[in-house]
Amino acid sequence: MIYMAMRLALFSLMRNKVRAVLTVLGILIGVAAVVASSAIGAGAKERIESQFASLGVNVLMVWPGASAAGGARGAAGSGSGLTEDDARAIAIEVPSVSASAPILTASAQVVSGARNWSTRVYGSTPDYFRVRSWNTTDGAPFTESDLRTSAKVCVIGTTIQRELFAGESALGATIRVGRMPCTVIGVLEGKGQSGFGQDQDDLIVVPMTTFRTRVSRRPGRDVGFVMVSARDPALMARAESAMTALLRQRHRLAPADENDFTVRNMADVVKSFDAQRAAITTLLLVVASISLLVGGIGVMNIMLVSVTERTREIGIRLAIGARARDILAQFLVEAVVLAAIGGLAGLGLGAGASVIVGKTTEWKVSLQADTAILAVLVSGGIGVVFGFFPARRAARLDPIVALRHE
Amino acid sequence: MSETTPVIELEGIEKVYAQGEVIHRALRGVSLTINSGEFVAIVGPSGSGKSTLMNSIGCLDTPTRGSYRLAGYDVSKLDADARALARNRLLGFVFQGFNLLARTTALENVELPLVYRGMSVKDRTLRAARALALVGLQSRLRNTPAQLSGGQQQRVAIARALVTEPKVLLADEPTGNLDSKTTEEILALLQWLNREQGLTIVMVTHEPDVAACTKRIVTVRDGLIVSDERLARQRQAGVEPPEHALKSAPASQGGSQ
Ligand SMILES: Nc1ncnc2c1ncn2[C@@H]1O[C@H](COP(=O)(O)OP(=O)(O)OP(=O)(O)O)[C@@H](O)[C@H]1O
Ligand SMILES: [Mg+2]
Repeated sequence: MIYMAMRLALFSLMRNKVRAVLTVLGILIGVAAVVASSAIGAGAKERIESQFASLGVNVLMVWPGASAAGGARGAAGSGSGLTEDDARAIAIEVPSVSASAPILTASAQVVSGARNWSTRVYGSTPDYFRVRSWNTTDGAPFTESDLRTSAKVCVIGTTIQRELFAGESALGATIRVGRMPCTVIGVLEGKGQSGFGQDQDDLIVVPMTTFRTRVSRRPGRDVGFVMVSARDPALMARAESAMTALLRQRHRLAPADENDFTVRNMADVVKSFDAQRAAITTLLLVVASISLLVGGIGVMNIMLVSVTERTREIGIRLAIGARARDILAQFLVEAVVLAAIGGLAGLGLGAGASVIVGKTTEWKVSLQADTAILAVLVSGGIGVVFGFFPARRAARLDPIVALRHE
Repeated sequence: MSETTPVIELEGIEKVYAQGEVIHRALRGVSLTINSGEFVAIVGPSGSGKSTLMNSIGCLDTPTRGSYRLAGYDVSKLDADARALARNRLLGFVFQGFNLLARTTALENVELPLVYRGMSVKDRTLRAARALALVGLQSRLRNTPAQLSGGQQQRVAIARALVTEPKVLLADEPTGNLDSKTTEEILALLQWLNREQGLTIVMVTHEPDVAACTKRIVTVRDGLIVSDERLARQRQAGVEPPEHALKSAPASQGGSQ
């Protein structure tokens, strides 16, 4: 019976292919939007979460400059007085902090033999590796004595190893960073492509002192930012308030003054990104819902037309013994099949669009099987809801009236 | 089946149509008994209530008043679902306009009543093929109505009515849309089904020529039965040569018998 109804439904839909396609367009677009938005949304979430994980759950960042109203910070390294001494003081005086690394960064060309690569150079202290819990797979990070002597040494990410040494061991090799030749003493373990679309392994870390004198002439003590790790993720809030108090005191701010620095908890950064992502996802879902609603109304409309067109057929069926509920089932199944076809096509379109987005942009997409199944079920449900009224109208026809219908 | 088993027992059947203020009494107390194996023609002027009577007999409609026993069951007060069941189990319909499903093969059309019985595909295909063979269409199983002549379409409709093995075949002007040659073909088929298969047939017709092929003529006028005569002799319908059929067509419409 159900098989018969399905076949019948497909059959009557095939009769009016163009009409069927136009009818399901709304559902198709709605489902495609749901599938694509959930894939992109989930991809963004995964990316943010991996960023969070790779930075470390216990990491705090301190930037110079007051935070703007919207929470965005002033240009990093604008030099309003966050210094290496501040970083050191945080490490020494705040008990909930385990390590604190002052950081300066610059873009530079690195060259080894005939190969060259453009990357980001970080000047920091050995604490950098501690804050980020970042180990070397080859060699070792530089030490305090390298820092004191402005040693011409560097630690490289796996991307540099791949690009300059084609994956061969780079340890002991001399590369040129900008105009400075330096020896590779360590290779960092790969963190993989993640973060906000950036390759985290595409970096070179050199001692802060070396950086100031040879990579990018930045005398003085100012730093771009400070990365701080709390002893425990649970101590983040305490570390943050203690650091704030300490820095205010060190910068001699009056109680009424605003902070001339910005402390950011990575969890907050993730949360704000997550909130943005949720807002975009919600917007897309609203668009999708409207599209589905329009699609549903389209299905209802076309089913009403179909019932009118096929009044005589309904009369014949009733005359030879179909009950009202058989007619109801027939038209309901037809509406559901129609809507489900739209849903499946939308699923295909949405999945295809997500894959293309994933291939052609920096965005990460992650197709969600449960959303896909849900979307198709929802479109089937739309068929039931919006098909019910036309189907009931068909089922309530009087056989004699229906048979006489031209 | 003996001639004396009543299949249709109508008593004091009234049908009143109320359209707003206007009340129309389409049937005003019809009593009629039809026995198993009969071949009955219902005749009468247009608007006399023939179709209304057929609809009541066919359980497509409930009479306003009166009692109706079909094959021994009281069906005058059934609800819509029970009437659907009665139509499916006890009755077969043939209409003037064939009323086949378009773009559906002859076989599938004939299977349809069995679908609503929930019969398995295998069983109903077998029975539908047998019913089509009975009306001489064993070679047209896969044709759709558009690929069949009017007479063939009406045969498919008859096969569809017979596939359920009904107690009665109800036909409302089954030859109304057919030319005289095809009319004769269909009448010959109905006569054969009545004679050889013992099928009980009730047929509405306008044409005396057609009515003459039955065994009993019931005349309806203004919602009442005004005469009910059993024919001593049936006219035997036969397929005449086409030229002859064309010449005789106007004469048969003149209605002299
Ligand atoms: N649904 C209805 N509502 C109101 N009046 C109706 C309805 N159906 C039939 N009638 C009226 O009942 C009367 C009998 O109609 P019916 O169709 O039974 O006539 P008939 O004998 O079959 O006529 P014909 O030979 O033209 O088919 C007619 O006057 C018709 O107008
Ligand atoms: Mg009539």
